[in-house]
Amino acid sequence: MLRLEAVDAFYGDVQALFGISLEVPAGGIFALVGANAAGKTTTLRVVSGLVAPRHGRVVFDGRDLARVPAAQRVELGIVQVPEGRRLFPFMTVTENLLLGAHAVRARAERDATLRYVYRLFPVLEERAAQLAGSLSGGEQQMCAIGRALMARPRLLMLDEPTLGLAPVLVGRIFETVRTINADGVTVLLVEQNVRQALTLATHACVLESGKLVLEGAGRALLVDERLKRAYLGL
Amino acid sequence: MDPAARLGPAQIDVVAQLAVSTLLLGGIYALIAVGLTLIFGIMRVVNFAHGEFLMLGMYLAFFAFTLRGVDPYLVLIIAIPIFYLVGLFVYVLVMRGVIHASHNVQIFTTVGLSTALQNIALVMWTGDFRIIRPWESSVVLRAAGTAFNLAQVVAFAVAVALTVALMAFMKWTHTGRVMRATAQDRDAATLMGIDTDRVYRLTFAIGIACVGAAGVLVSPLYAAYPQAGLQFVTLAYVVVVLGGLGDMAGAMLGSLIVAAVEVGGSYIFGAAWKEVFYFLLFIGVLVFRPAGLLGQRGAETLGA
Repeated sequence: MLRLEAVDAFYGDVQALFGISLEVPAGGIFALVGANAAGKTTTLRVVSGLVAPRHGRVVFDGRDLARVPAAQRVELGIVQVPEGRRLFPFMTVTENLLLGAHAVRARAERDATLRYVYRLFPVLEERAAQLAGSLSGGEQQMCAIGRALMARPRLLMLDEPTLGLAPVLVGRIFETVRTINADGVTVLLVEQNVRQALTLATHACVLESGKLVLEGAGRALLVDERLKRAYLGL
Repeated sequence: MDPAARLGPAQIDVVAQLAVSTLLLGGIYALIAVGLTLIFGIMRVVNFAHGEFLMLGMYLAFFAFTLRGVDPYLVLIIAIPIFYLVGLFVYVLVMRGVIHASHNVQIFTTVGLSTALQNIALVMWTGDFRIIRPWESSVVLRAAGTAFNLAQVVAFAVAVALTVALMAFMKWTHTGRVMRATAQDRDAATLMGIDTDRVYRLTFAIGIACVGAAGVLVSPLYAAYPQAGLQFVTLAYVVVVLGGLGDMAGAMLGSLIVAAVEVGGSYIFGAAWKEVFYFLLFIGVLVFRPAGLLGQRGAETLGA
C-alpha cells in the first residue's frame, strides 16, 4: 500500500533519514520502533507531506506522492495523528472531531463516522462540549485518534500514541488500535513501548540514527537477539 | 448652521448624549478593528496597511457619489465584494510571500504597502479633503434628550450587523472552525487536510472586505484624503490590543471603551485632546494588562 524508496530527509543541513526503504502492506499493523531521534517521526512526516524528502520516492497505492501537497494526501486516505496529540485546544471535543472530517471524501459520511467514533470512545461523547485543552492526557489521545478517524483514513499513522499515559490507558490504546485495524484500516505505528508494539504488529522495522537496521514480522523481531539487547534490556 | 445648535442646551441631556455618541462611534470602530484582529488572530500578521483600505473605501464612496450620484449605502453592497477581491489580490501578490517570514519582514512589508497605497492615492486624487453630503448626513434624529445624525445610526447598525455576522460565521460554520483551527495549530490543520494557504487568503480577504465596508460607511461623516486611514487605524490598534489580539468580542468591547474615552475626553477637555487620552489608555493597558481585557488566555489564540 505504502512504499518508501531510498528516502533521504533533512532538517536544514542535518540529515534525519538515510536511504530509508520500506513497504507497508495493506491491512496490517506496521510498527516503527527505535530510540529517540532515530527518525521515526520524520518518516511519518515524510509520508504525510510535512517534510519533503530530498532524495527518494514515497509511493502510495502505486502513485508517487512527490507532487501531492500535505493537505491533499488526507484526501487519498493518509492521515497522521501527530506526537503530543496536537488538538485544537480552544475548541470543543465535537469541533475537533468535526474538523477531522474536512476532506471532501470524509465530509459526506461525517455523521455516521462521528457515531462510530463515539462508539469507540464513549468518553468523548460525554465530554463533547468541553474544550479539548481541558481533557486528561488519555482523553486527549482518544480525541486525537477520533479526529483522525473522522477523516476516514485508509492508512492511519500514529506517532507515540501512548507517550505519557498511565499503564492501564496504554493497554486501552493498543486495544483500540487493534479494533481500528480489524475494521479495515492499515496502521503505521511509531512506538517506544517496543514490546507491546511488536506483539501487536504484523510487520515491524527498527530505525537507528536515521537508518533502517532490522525488518521483519513483529513477533519475529521480538525474539531477535540484537533487538532484545538494544531495546528490551534482556 | 450646526443642527445641534438649534436644539438649545436645555433640550440635550449631556450624559445621555455622550452615551449615544459613544455607542455610535464604537460600532464603527468595531468594524475597523474586527478585520484587523481577524487578520492578526489567524495569520499572525499585523496589517499596518489596514487604514489604507479604509481610505480606499472612503474614496470609492466619494467618487460613486460625486460622479454617479450613488448613495453610499448602495455603494456598500458592491464595496464588500470589491474589497473582498482586493484582499484576495493583495494576499496573492504581497502577503503570501511573507506569511512564513519573520515578524520584521512582515512589518516592513505591510508598512511599505501602506506607504505605497497612500502615495498612489496622493498622485491619483491629490491631497485635497473630499467631503460628500448625501441626504442622510443632514437628517437629525432626536430621542430621550439626545440628537444624532442618521448617517451615524446607519453606520453603527450596519457595522454591528457585519461584526456580529462575522463572529457567528467564525463560531458556527465549518469554514469558521477551519479558520480557528488553522490559527491554533497550523501543522495539525494541514494533517486534517486543510489547505492553510487558502485559509489565509480567505482571512485576509474577509478582513479587507470589513475595513472597506467601514470606509464606505464613514464617508458621509469624515473627509477622504490619502492619509485618512491613519486617524482610524491608530485607534484600531489600541482597540485590538485592549480587547486582546485576535479576540473579536474583545475588539467590540475595546471599541466601546476607546469611543467612550474619546467622547468623554473631547467633551471635558476639548476634541484636540482625544488622542492623548486613548494613547494614555493604550500605555496603561500595555503596562497593566498586556494580554488585553479579555486576553486571559494569552494573545496567541483566537477566542474559542
